[in-house]
Amino acid sequence: MEKTQNFMDFAYGFYRTMKEHKITLVYEGEITHQLTKAFTSLAESDMSKGEESGTVQKRVFHVMVECLQNLSKHADDAGINDYLYSGRGLFIVSKDDHEYAITTGNAIENSKIETLKAMLENINSLDKEALNELYKKQMKEGVLSAKGGAGLGLIDIARKTGNRLEYHFLYINDSLSFFLLTSKIPRV
Amino acid sequence: MEVYKTIGTDDTPAVIMDTVQGVFEISGRSLPEDVNKFYNPILDWLDLYFKTPNVKTVFCFKLTYFNTASSKMLLDILMHLEEFKKKGKEISVLWYYPEDDDDMMEAGNEYAELVELPFEKIAYNLNKSDL
Repeated sequence: MEKTQNFMDFAYGFYRTMKEHKITLVYEGEITHQLTKAFTSLAESDMSKGEESGTVQKRVFHVMVECLQNLSKHADDAGINDYLYSGRGLFIVSKDDHEYAITTGNAIENSKIETLKAMLENINSLDKEALNELYKKQMKEGVLSAKGGAGLGLIDIARKTGNRLEYHFLYINDSLSFFLLTSKIPRV
Repeated sequence: MEVYKTIGTDDTPAVIMDTVQGVFEISGRSLPEDVNKFYNPILDWLDLYFKTPNVKTVFCFKLTYFNTASSKMLLDILMHLEEFKKKGKEISVLWYYPEDDDDMMEAGNEYAELVELPFEKIAYNLNKSDL
């Protein structure tokens, strides 16, 4: 009985926390193409009910797709064999008066952090014009991986949102960290 | 040559390539689960077509959305067209974008810079029911 009560308290606390942070969607688990379609169409129908401009709607849709595809591509990287993390990802959408925030989380091998960090910092150091140039270069020279990635997603998120990519690496153990990434889309 | 046709879905564009009608068009939304699987047959078809092409080929893009993985495949199509243009075929590109969609117009500008092809951009009025 006490255990049930604790869980009920947790569930209510969780709900309150979601409300406080204005979270409209939270998911943890395997990210499939079907889920990507479901989440994006959910967001689309939500936004079309409101007074969101067409441009904002498209950008939110765009960023959601790229974030979810990044998750599905990278969450099952070969080096991640801990069943708690392998193939899984965290996906959160929140919205306040000024912006949408799309957050993803997934495990990453510690050995890959430096490369990813360098890529994120490089993208964050570029202005819109430089991002466009980088995108074109990468599209022309980049090779599509077996999973369909061409290193374009993060560049495109940065130029579509006009914001820095906010990220954080949290220590899990000696081989893995948790990688959190937030993209913010202004509601203008 | 056999007509190439796929019906558009919520994650793949409609494709029609018909040598008799002289229609070559990709339209709709593109975020396929596997971009290679969707686009490679289109590239293969074009390679075959350009062995004995029509006098003139006008390729139309009329997309409302494409993801970054698709953007790379669209460039591959354009680069194929460019290659055949260099070999002396008459080829041009029409890039349709919804009139209120700056990002899609900008994407057209980018592609126009990346390939050497006659490239015309055309704004059109998109009805909500087309999405």
